[in-house]
Amino acid sequence: MPTSFGERIIYILERYGMSFLRGAGVTMAIALVSTFIGCIIGFLVGIVQTIPAERSKNPVRWFFLGVIRIILNIYVEVFRGTPMMAQAMFIYFGSAALFGINMSMWFAAFFIVSINTGAYMAETVRGGILSVDIGQTEGAKAIGMTHFQTMINVVFPQALRNIMPQIGNNLIINIKDTCVLSIIGTVELFYTTKGIAGALYTYFEAFAVAMGIYFVLTFTCSRLLRLWEDKMDGPANYDLATTDTLTHTSGLYSIGKKNIVGNLNKDSRDGGR
Amino acid sequence: MDRHILEVVHLSKNFGTNVVLKDIDFSVNQGDVICIIGSSGSGKSTLLRCINLLEDPTSGDIKYKQKSILGSRFSQSAYRSKVGMVFQGFNLFNNMTVIENCMVGVTKISKKNKDEARKISEYYLNKVGMLPYINAKPHQLSGGQKQRAAIARALSMNPDVLLFDEPTSALDPQMVQEVLTVMRNLAKDGLTMIVVTHEMAFARDVSNRVVFMSNGIICEDGTPDAIFKHPKNQRTREFLERFRSDTNL
Ligand SMILES: Nc1ncnc2c1ncn2[C@@H]1O[C@H](COP(=O)(O)OP(=O)(O)OP(=O)(O)O)[C@@H](O)[C@H]1O
Ligand SMILES: [Mg+2]
Repeated sequence: MPTSFGERIIYILERYGMSFLRGAGVTMAIALVSTFIGCIIGFLVGIVQTIPAERSKNPVRWFFLGVIRIILNIYVEVFRGTPMMAQAMFIYFGSAALFGINMSMWFAAFFIVSINTGAYMAETVRGGILSVDIGQTEGAKAIGMTHFQTMINVVFPQALRNIMPQIGNNLIINIKDTCVLSIIGTVELFYTTKGIAGALYTYFEAFAVAMGIYFVLTFTCSRLLRLWEDKMDGPANYDLATTDTLTHTSGLYSIGKKNIVGNLNKDSRDGGR
Repeated sequence: MDRHILEVVHLSKNFGTNVVLKDIDFSVNQGDVICIIGSSGSGKSTLLRCINLLEDPTSGDIKYKQKSILGSRFSQSAYRSKVGMVFQGFNLFNNMTVIENCMVGVTKISKKNKDEARKISEYYLNKVGMLPYINAKPHQLSGGQKQRAAIARALSMNPDVLLFDEPTSALDPQMVQEVLTVMRNLAKDGLTMIVVTHEMAFARDVSNRVVFMSNGIICEDGTPDAIFKHPKNQRTREFLERFRSDTNL
């Protein structure tokens, strides 16, 4: 075993590099899939929470929506209000003891992180939907869109854009928080690192490597999400379309970056951050 | 032809205990350009919003082509696509470009295919002078441009009636004119319009009927000449008096 810190790191990487990578892969797989499923759960719950229902107009619908909403609220509050590590133990071991369900460790891992993300996202999505200006809905209704069409075409795309930073946040939190799954034996990055550290008695170096990997993962994801957000915003400038009657040379020409339009656009985008 | 395209019958609207519209009666013929004037809080917006069903009337009825629009079997969204609305705040869809704003209704509601929708949208955008800006997002446009795009969006649905709620109130004076010019042209083309406005010159010159509202009732309803030159109602006179001293009309 080498003596200097740097050499020990290299030694660990040479012997256990593949294990680290596998652990990182598992961590990323759980984080990505669970964030995705969690967002879907969050969207569904958030949508139900924002369906308009008036008691006077349709009492039956109002009642059922009310009951469903109470159940969903309980779900959100319970999962937001208890530690994921405790939930992991409770669900993984409790499901076997209470209901005789033998969850695979994998299923438990995805399930726990997804359902947690869903609880957080539900509130985020609800906020995102409510943050879309009422004028957008009225504009949609005024051209004859149904509630459903309004949601799909106008409200969700804007809500999604508004909550993109939150989705990114959740992904990053999930990458880090999958480490609590080591308690139920999920062989993700933290669990792997603990094993390596114990085998070689090199806690300091092994976790230095783990931290480096966690950071690369989260940093890469946050940058990629930024790029995606920019892509959603579309081009900073628009092309002035020229009518054929005015010019026969070209259909479109582009106006440069340093024009009024570009500046206007920049202002509003900076304001959004 | 004396069949009304729209008919408002004994319409009342309360917000809680606040009575905003009281027993409103008025009707609209094909090709009418009706301007609704009146002081702030008199219920002009609420009346338009009831006609477009953005608010539920408390009592009374609204008939479109002789059919009540309040019945439970009446398709409200289909009705709204025929009776469009232009808002003070534009309400363009922020997630779409100008052309998409116009096309979305044509494809999703009128169920035309993309090419056709594009043609229709471009036709109306050209009409309001917005063709060069079809690829812009709403936040990249000036107020006047936004309002003209919003008018094109409403026109793309090929409406029978278009409601305007103070379409120029959020605009700078110069942009007010570009929007009013568009509306003048629509009136010339024979579009049926109901316009809530504080632009008295527009009301006087373009409309064929002026409705004066005060405190939730229609005080006076007549030709621009009758309302502006020989107002019968005391409150109409006072309102116009105040208006004239403010604007030298
Ligand atoms: N959603 C609402 N809830 C309660 N009261 C309302 C609501 N909307 C409007 N009102 C009230 O109804 C009255 C009429 O409002 P409305 O907006 O129709 O007036 P208006 O004639 O359009 O005024 P303005 O010229 O300022 O636009 C006002 O007193 C207002 O306070
Ligand atoms: Mg108003």
